Amino acid sequence: MHIIVCIKQIIDPEIPADQFKLDPNSMRQLRGGLSLVISAYDQNALEVALQLREKVGGKVTALCLGESGAMGAIKSALGMGVDDGFLVSDQPLLESDPFGVAHVLAKAIQKIGVPDLVLTGCVSGDTGDKVMGPLLAEALGLPCVTFVSKVEVKDGKALVRRIVEDGYELVEAAFPLAVSIISDDSNVPRYSKLRDIMAAAKKQVPTWKAADLGLEGARVGVGAARLQVQDVSIPQRESKCEILDGETPEERAEGLALRLRELKVI
Amino acid sequence: MTDVLIVASEQGNLPSQNTLELLGAARRLADATQGRVKAVVLGAAPTPLTAGLFACGADQVFRAEHPLLAGRQGDAYVAALAQIAAQAAPQVILLADDSCGKEVAPRLAHRLNAGMVTEVLAVEADGPAMLFRRQVYGGRAIATLAAQRFPVVATVKPRSMAPAAEQAGRRGEEIAVTLSLDPSLARTRLVQKVAEEVRGVKLENARVVVSGGRGLKGPEPFKQLEELAQLLKGAVGASRAATDAGWVPASWQVGQTRKTVSPDLYIAVGISGATQHLAGMTGSKTIVAINTDPDAPIFKVAHLGIVGDYKALLPKFIEKCRELT
Repeated sequence: MHIIVCIKQIIDPEIPADQFKLDPNSMRQLRGGLSLVISAYDQNALEVALQLREKVGGKVTALCLGESGAMGAIKSALGMGVDDGFLVSDQPLLESDPFGVAHVLAKAIQKIGVPDLVLTGCVSGDTGDKVMGPLLAEALGLPCVTFVSKVEVKDGKALVRRIVEDGYELVEAAFPLAVSIISDDSNVPRYSKLRDIMAAAKKQVPTWKAADLGLEGARVGVGAARLQVQDVSIPQRESKCEILDGETPEERAEGLALRLRELKVI
Repeated sequence: MTDVLIVASEQGNLPSQNTLELLGAARRLADATQGRVKAVVLGAAPTPLTAGLFACGADQVFRAEHPLLAGRQGDAYVAALAQIAAQAAPQVILLADDSCGKEVAPRLAHRLNAGMVTEVLAVEADGPAMLFRRQVYGGRAIATLAAQRFPVVATVKPRSMAPAAEQAGRRGEEIAVTLSLDPSLARTRLVQKVAEEVRGVKLENARVVVSGGRGLKGPEPFKQLEELAQLLKGAVGASRAATDAGWVPASWQVGQTRKTVSPDLYIAVGISGATQHLAGMTGSKTIVAINTDPDAPIFKVAHLGIVGDYKALLPKFIEKCRELT
């Protein structure tokens, strides 16, 4: 089985609030010296892929569209144990809207060879978009299941656990298939082994530009965006937290209960 | 003139709460631009939804029944909506941002070569353009996106739009659509649906939510949270750290990708406040944080806080709450 996992490198979303700044020109988050990570659920997707490979054999490939520094994300994925990595890095492509990104990734997937399974995280840790799985499915003409925590192979077909509002669904689909991954206790990302990190450092990772994928400007880049970002702003929160004092923990706990009563919320 | 098509769903033979909110948003948009509100009802069998949709603001209802639409099979659902959209020719298509809408909206937009915006909190007409607001960066920022070409497919975040008011006797035009759907379309099959077990109040509807996180260090302390929740007639929630560790069921998770809650009172115990978690609960009216780390991000959104170990605090807090309630 061949699995391609699409990963995104983002600025660590858990930085303190006072370090979160926006660039008024690009209307995106300012990178500054902040550290970069693989978007959280993409790590769960990598874990699902690796577990599946352990069960049924095959190969896992990581694919990333990003700045040249996103090579770090590919190397992390290789360190987790994926077999191959591909990076698409070309500045104008990075300004694409989700349709543009899906088009770029689909072209790259076709160049690699459409696998049995295309995985994405269920949400992009920066923009909050939850659309890449279904958009890739459309771009590649594949069936799609979203918000999946577990993928199994049964009688040559995929049997996946899809999380819905009031529980979960077991959904069956033939390969090839696109799936977006949500976390649960079955897909907590593994730690890399030192040996794999060393091997990852040496591994050759092909880097492609728009021309390598035969991409036309009309479908990618900022000019192709279907909606325009007019404004991005940080809402002002009157974030005054009233910290309850007291000599002992018991006093503070009692104070909290009394205060809540005063506010008529209990 | 903006014609808005909403994708309706039912709840006990009536338009669902999400549908009423879509109708509310659609009616305001259409009224601002002298447009019309259209609704689509899809299913395996006819539903008695039409009158309710008219009463809540729809001018036209497109209904289509087809066996393939049972269980909202994704491929069939997208194909059906694409056919209805071609006939209704709306400028804006609104879906609820639920598990069905999240899967269907991007695929529909891709097929219609339409614009797309998800998890919309507010929408307004601005001359010929349409402005959509949504959270980005885990709720740290709000983006305004402008659509200048149509159609646009948008999903609306539940509980963010005022629902439509009902006008008894309001009528409209019902249009029965015959869909052409081939059985080979359906490439996924629902094998089984498993409902989660709900003890007491449902998390999404609870007026009080008591949540625990990594700081609880295991499943055992959640018993205390359950005791407190029961006392306050609320529900227990958890952060992703706690559910991914397997301490409590995943269905308890409050956050960006699981449940969004906006209770009157949210008590976060041992939750540091990862953006992922905050995105699911900052709509709560009163937020209480109990955490050992005074710099934890949860205190940035909390209204009341105690810096300290929950172990020393909770028993007394529960006791006092019992006395007061």
